[in-house]
Amino acid sequence: MKNLLLALGVLLWLALPARAQDAFTAALPGLAGGFGDIATSVEQLGALGDPRALPILRALQAGQLQKHADGRLLLPGNTDAATGQPADASGAETVRLNNRVRQALRGALGRLQLVSPDAAERGAAAEAIFRSRSAEDVPTLQAAIARETDAGVKAKLVLALAAAQLVAPDEEAKRDAIARLGAAGTVEARALLIEARAANPTLVTAIDISIASIERSLSIRRAAETLFQGLSLGSVLLLAALGLAVTFGVMGVINMAHGEFVMLGAYATFMVQEACRGIPWLAPWSLPLSVPAAFLIAAAAGAALERGLIRHLYGRPLETLLMTFGVGMILQQAVRTIFGAQNREVASPAWMQGTLMLPGGIAVTQNRLWIIVFGIAVLLLVIAAIRFTRFGLEMRAVVQNRRIAATMGIRTGRVDALTFAFGSGIAGMAGVALSQIDNVSPNLGTGYIIDSFMVVVFGGVGSLAGTLVGALTLGVVNKVLEPYAGAVLAKVFVLVAIMLFIQRRPRGLFALKGRAAES
Amino acid sequence: MSASLAAPAPGGFGRMTLRLVLIGAVLLLAMLPALNRLPADSALHVSDFIVSITGKWITYAILALAIDLAWGYAGILSLGHGAFFALGGYAIGMHLMRLIGPRGVYGHPVLPDFMVFLGYRELPWYWLGFDHFPFAILMAVAVPGLLAGIVGYLAFRSRITGVYLSIITQALTYALMLAFFRNDMGFGGNNGFTDFKELLGMPLNTPTARSALFYASLLLLLAALWLCSSITRSKLGRVLVAIRDAESRVRFLGYDVTQHKLFVFVLSAMIAGLAGALYVPQVGIINPGEFSPGNSIEAVIWVAVGGRGTLVGALLGAFSVNALKTWLTTVAPDLWLFALGGLFVAVTLFLPRGLIGLFSKAPK
Repeated sequence: MKNLLLALGVLLWLALPARAQDAFTAALPGLAGGFGDIATSVEQLGALGDPRALPILRALQAGQLQKHADGRLLLPGNTDAATGQPADASGAETVRLNNRVRQALRGALGRLQLVSPDAAERGAAAEAIFRSRSAEDVPTLQAAIARETDAGVKAKLVLALAAAQLVAPDEEAKRDAIARLGAAGTVEARALLIEARAANPTLVTAIDISIASIERSLSIRRAAETLFQGLSLGSVLLLAALGLAVTFGVMGVINMAHGEFVMLGAYATFMVQEACRGIPWLAPWSLPLSVPAAFLIAAAAGAALERGLIRHLYGRPLETLLMTFGVGMILQQAVRTIFGAQNREVASPAWMQGTLMLPGGIAVTQNRLWIIVFGIAVLLLVIAAIRFTRFGLEMRAVVQNRRIAATMGIRTGRVDALTFAFGSGIAGMAGVALSQIDNVSPNLGTGYIIDSFMVVVFGGVGSLAGTLVGALTLGVVNKVLEPYAGAVLAKVFVLVAIMLFIQRRPRGLFALKGRAAES
Repeated sequence: MSASLAAPAPGGFGRMTLRLVLIGAVLLLAMLPALNRLPADSALHVSDFIVSITGKWITYAILALAIDLAWGYAGILSLGHGAFFALGGYAIGMHLMRLIGPRGVYGHPVLPDFMVFLGYRELPWYWLGFDHFPFAILMAVAVPGLLAGIVGYLAFRSRITGVYLSIITQALTYALMLAFFRNDMGFGGNNGFTDFKELLGMPLNTPTARSALFYASLLLLLAALWLCSSITRSKLGRVLVAIRDAESRVRFLGYDVTQHKLFVFVLSAMIAGLAGALYVPQVGIINPGEFSPGNSIEAVIWVAVGGRGTLVGALLGAFSVNALKTWLTTVAPDLWLFALGGLFVAVTLFLPRGLIGLFSKAPK
């Protein structure tokens, strides 16, 4: 054991680069001296830019660096600071700090991190310098910018340089820095400029111009983020309302169990995920797989509901409303009995997680982005199915004139069942999307049903374009109002606004015209 | 609205028989609190539980009556009547909270506990006056009436009918629920009002208070029944039924459909508000859950089960469905929602005229 350690020590000794004897080693003994010596030594180590100094200075900052009476330094874990060899800790005492040393340490550590091989560490160092900024950092930063290969870190370095230049005496560099900070458009840059405004009376105009430009870009970014959140909420509403637009809008059947079909879709997603769990290569793709599964399950439930019950109540909308509400209740309770009342976990696949940074610093969560894409895809699919397929043609024929369609040989009963199944299946697909952003629980659907009806009524019954515009409008308006009124009051305002809106346009935004509108 | 509904007066079920059954039922109900006073070992003794739950059902029956007046006779299916009921309940709840006075946990002479807890300095302006009982009762009627007036005016004026009106009223109660859940509304937020002490000098939760509230509810039920039946038998009632069955035709005949519907909707909301005001002291709590859309639609199913378009049917439905609920939720709690859902399906498909329809001749 002892031999082995010795061999390891020799190996380490040999592995140390020849520069071991250079300025780095020369600067070390100062750390064992008085406070003045320590501070000078720290500054030297920082200026050298040698990565080996990093652990030593960190240990010093943390109060974990120890020294022997003969000047040898010990790192935590009892290794010699100069050689990296194991060393004896007995009799060693901690190197103490005073304020001057601490200040020197902060600057030196910041500079040393700039040469770290890890890009994230370099970025953090740039941010630290941006916050602590001093005129002395200017040459270090300029060197670091010249070396830097990572674009993200480089941008941070440029900002830090601007911050450092603001406190440096060079007037021309200051003007330059002010312009660059203005272009950066961040909250930190604005705070920096406001601080510099008092210290530099000669540059007030330039600073004011920059601040104004930051304000502009900040408000644009805020608006863009609100818009994105609104669109994301809108696409959730769109998904939930599209199915209704088919069953309620096209068929005129009011289905209060629609929310429960959404819930069924979410549980189908959960079941597919559980089924895929055992197959490693399939597991990441369980979410795309659950889209057709959710469609089929909800569509089957819809077809059964239409053929079994709703068919008997055509022409009696109020009874249909009550009956389907009862069906929704039964579905909810059935799912609660089978799966339990607690929430079920549906995981996001890795390729949907994380945040995307768009140019201009706009943060966008990936799964919300996917939901927007999914919502648009489903909308296009529905339009295509209605416009270009045989089923769509028959469906439109039955809606326009049931009896003539029947005389032409269309089996209207079958078309009714298929249409209802289609609308319910879309609700199931909405459930897949909702499983990503909401709790999968038996009452998942109840939270969306009223909003979905509002979308359909607002957009205009029987119009897919109306559903799209209605859903996106409601989503965006909700999110725009939220910061001023809070989420709940925003919802209340929207409900009241819709009630007032129907005063002016009782048939919605995109009212059907002509004969179809009379029924 | 389909025209295949039962005529307002039940056909084969004679008016005399109906009256006798009704009077018998009322007398039976009226005896309950008296029987409650008998010694506990007496064969005729009725438990406290029976009295308080029957009192609660009577207020439900009044709500059912209100819904039936609007839905069964004027074709206005409101899925938000629970909101009017809850508003009435909140009005009396505010009065009861004021009466607690310094006996609250925090012992503040004026502010209810939740306001002290939320850091209110003084009573919000809309709480003023609620320390007077007549004012609270007036508000329990006026606030639901006003809300129904505004919503009804806007809706009926733009000829929003049928399912659209149902959805709007449902959205209304949903919005109110969300609003009342907020703490800064000044209505106790999530927890609502509870821990009431007394009403009109009577400590609640005593046999005296229970019987008094019971008889008050019974009296209100009879008054509401009398009012509704005299409306439905008048010319006004005939016009309402005509509106239900052929709205456009009535309009072409020169009647002001909007005003008729508005009248019946507001009256119905006021009755529901009063029912709520009697409900809250009996159950001892009111919270935003009362606004949930599920409650309103459950009340609608009482009417559907009993038989809409007949006032007695609404009462029958309210009592029978709630009796079933009380029994099932104690025997097999998981089954209740299946049963309620099944009721919705069965009644709409097989019993469009409700239980009353079983006793009367089928429409031609």
